[in-house]
Amino acid sequence: MKEFTEKILQKAKDLGASYADVRIIKGANESINIKNGKVDALAAASDYGFGVRVIVNGSWGFASSFTVTDEEAEKVVQQAVSIARASSRLKREDVKLAPVEPAEGHFESEWKINPFDVPLEDKINLLLDADKIMRQQPEIKISEGQMNFWKTDETYASTEGSYIEQVKIESGAGIEATAIEAGEMQRRSYPAFGGDYASRGYEFVEGWNLVDHAESIAKEAAELLKAPQCPSDTRDLILEGSMLALQVHESCGHPIELDRVFGTESSFAGTSFLTTDKLNTFRYGSDKVNIVADATAPGGLGSFSFDDEGVPAQCVDIVKNGIFSGYLSSRETAAQMGWESSGGAMRADGWSRIPIIRMTNINLLPGDWTFDEIIKDTKDGIYAAGVQSWSIDDKRLNFQFGTEVAWEIKDGSLGRMLKNPTYTGITYEFWRGCDAIAGKDEWHLWGVPSCGKGEPMQTARVGHGVAPSRFRNVRIGVMESQSSESEE
Amino acid sequence: MTNGNGKLLGQERLQELAQKALSFSSADQTQVTIGIGQNSLTRFAGSIIHQNVAERDATVAVRAIIGKKIGFAVGNSISDEAIKATVEKAIEFARHQQENPDFVSLPKPKPIQKPVPTFFDSTAEFSADDRAAAVEKIVKAADKVNAHAAGSLSTGYSEHIIANSLGINAYDADTSSTFTTVITADTGFGYAQRISSDITKLDIDKAADEAAKTADRSRNPEPFEPGEYDVVLTPYCVEDMVSFLSWMGFSALAVQEGRSFMSGKFGQKICGDNITIWDDGLDPRTNVRPFDGEGFPKQKVELIKNGVANAVVYDSYTAYKEGKESTGHAMGGTGTQGPYATNMFLAPGNATVEEMIASTDRGIFVTRFNYTNIVHPLLTIFTGLTRDGTFLIEDGKITKPIRNLRFTESILDAFSNVEMIGKDLMLCGAATVPALKIKNFRFTGATEF
Repeated sequence: MKEFTEKILQKAKDLGASYADVRIIKGANESINIKNGKVDALAAASDYGFGVRVIVNGSWGFASSFTVTDEEAEKVVQQAVSIARASSRLKREDVKLAPVEPAEGHFESEWKINPFDVPLEDKINLLLDADKIMRQQPEIKISEGQMNFWKTDETYASTEGSYIEQVKIESGAGIEATAIEAGEMQRRSYPAFGGDYASRGYEFVEGWNLVDHAESIAKEAAELLKAPQCPSDTRDLILEGSMLALQVHESCGHPIELDRVFGTESSFAGTSFLTTDKLNTFRYGSDKVNIVADATAPGGLGSFSFDDEGVPAQCVDIVKNGIFSGYLSSRETAAQMGWESSGGAMRADGWSRIPIIRMTNINLLPGDWTFDEIIKDTKDGIYAAGVQSWSIDDKRLNFQFGTEVAWEIKDGSLGRMLKNPTYTGITYEFWRGCDAIAGKDEWHLWGVPSCGKGEPMQTARVGHGVAPSRFRNVRIGVMESQSSESEE
Repeated sequence: MTNGNGKLLGQERLQELAQKALSFSSADQTQVTIGIGQNSLTRFAGSIIHQNVAERDATVAVRAIIGKKIGFAVGNSISDEAIKATVEKAIEFARHQQENPDFVSLPKPKPIQKPVPTFFDSTAEFSADDRAAAVEKIVKAADKVNAHAAGSLSTGYSEHIIANSLGINAYDADTSSTFTTVITADTGFGYAQRISSDITKLDIDKAADEAAKTADRSRNPEPFEPGEYDVVLTPYCVEDMVSFLSWMGFSALAVQEGRSFMSGKFGQKICGDNITIWDDGLDPRTNVRPFDGEGFPKQKVELIKNGVANAVVYDSYTAYKEGKESTGHAMGGTGTQGPYATNMFLAPGNATVEEMIASTDRGIFVTRFNYTNIVHPLLTIFTGLTRDGTFLIEDGKITKPIRNLRFTESILDAFSNVEMIGKDLMLCGAATVPALKIKNFRFTGATEF
């Protein structure tokens, strides 16, 4: 492979590139979807190709192909160079990259059981067993389960002398029960909506004991059909882990992406309220709030050894004692900030796409409470769990989330179940109201396999470590009026 | 049939590959889909090009059926060995599958019509230099109002064949182009988008001027109290609403599973008399695609007729389950997501946007929605924010820009309150739609810009 990458890099230099890198990726995916007692899909996917990124005349060009041959490589390099020349028609200044030490080596993520070696029947039966239990609850009209496994072999080489091979295995699974009756539809999922994922092997799937939780989520979904509507009010809100993970993703993970801050995502995903003048001065949250972007977290779905610019994985402070203190960066944006090095957050969705700034594992560090203590300490609030819906503005300020379920909290005790819970707020006001975070025993690193960004659209697998936390005085129950009307 | 000036392998070559794939299969029924093409995209922001890419990729997807057991595999190499390996993987997966009692058969062939060309050399030949020249024009439009431009211009060409062991053998080649811009004038924003198979029809100049004008007018937006207001929504917003209806309920699978707002409502009024929505993949006003992901011809389906829930779209799996014929709306792949309407139309009315504004005493003009999402699918409640130009209408005139608002609203409730419908239709993605004036649209929150 090294011969192939060297030819590409030499060709790029010959054609006038001041910088070039190439990534060759072989990917494999296996997915199993179960629905209502049937295997809805059993699918295998494989994918192979290479992408070449160049700087010519101070501008970027990128081209990629699924035909991995010397002849095609020549064409692809030429195409990337001519694209870069076209880019340079509209530039203000030459692209500058923060330096990186060239690296060489072979790196593998950790797994105990290779999921591709586990017999298909075992995996199918695990989901079917859970499915059967969910369908014993008569109100459950749709029962679903899924597993996904990825293996990625990536080679990265650059004109600066890096040659890095990385092998990664990622695994995950989840189940969902949907109850439908008389114009009402309610869902519960486990361990998270869409499943939970990690840079681990099949042992990660086994660890969730899906079968043991099938009955409880089916019962909760059925109970939700008859539960009262979440009231429209301002109350203390305690968020369960998978919901809080999405809150971190949308209201912290995206606004700290430096490409959004610099406006290069402005026409699509949007920009960010966390402008550079706020760095190290802006109060993002209460002094209890500490957030890091940690690409080194063991097993994290956003973990790696090197990013797709050959920058080593790092743990970067994002919020320290409530003060906004760091960004997700690339070599180019780090240079724009005047930093000595990139924070290492550049990743591409396979060989055919150019690397862009992506979340690693954006982790809310554990606090010193327990979940039980938080509940006991809450006079009037709700405990909301499971992701139902999400929406946030293009600067990442005004958000509104819906959760699968909530329970009322009165005088330190969990009470009746509430359906259709929603909550809304402004990002920094919400995080400034965070006054209790559970400790490391209740902290979990959730994996989100489907973060979309960029044009053409790229999907990234990212992580969010959180423990259940409390937020004071949050507006809840936004859709009460519409839902009650429909019941009349 | 064009050969795309040598860019395409051509019908004969793809048919040969597909027949070879079918010959490798020992399954009872087999479907093979082979696609190959190139996509290019130039992104710009702050009036410079910051990303510029091209990708050439292929897909070889195989569905193998043994009895009622279905296996699926997909690869991206068109070499004989790779195609054989993909077929064998699909068969191996089918052998390990459970029986699916609802599966009847893959579809049988039916004549395919193609009313208009879908491949345009103008689009396939559009180079990186051509894209840069187009971006220069957009930047100039932004310069005129002292603003800067961001956005993307993408072009693509592809050819695909879908063949099955029952005789389906459908080939087509097509091109696509999309232009999107957000122009930023200090605190003002404007948006425009155009989509066409033929890039010469995009009219980038006019679209860029539209965005620049909106950006210039929306500087210094004022805070505004959320509440119920009459709204004038551009086709960009209306497409978002129609697409969500499609996602939540225009699929036979959603109805069969009881999760569609159409379930149990056929023949009943679900929104205003003035709302008619249909899907027609052969209408030249949309991106014409003559057949679906199973190689079955696309049929016109009247989804909502004068406010009454009328019909949904089918693929072969959901159709055979009800003893019907597919409407040509299969999505391809594993088929688990079910059929999907992707060429929808909302019937035009006779109003202009100017007339809608002139008839409004107090209301809000919305250029675009941002980050919309479903809150409650059966009640068709969705939420999202306004973006890139939100204006107050007073006494029949746009009087000032206002800060963006969050709405939480039932789409069918909103479609029951449509007062005026635009006479011009615009292709905005999955739907070709007019502007709408809607009474009492519910804004539930506000943001800071």
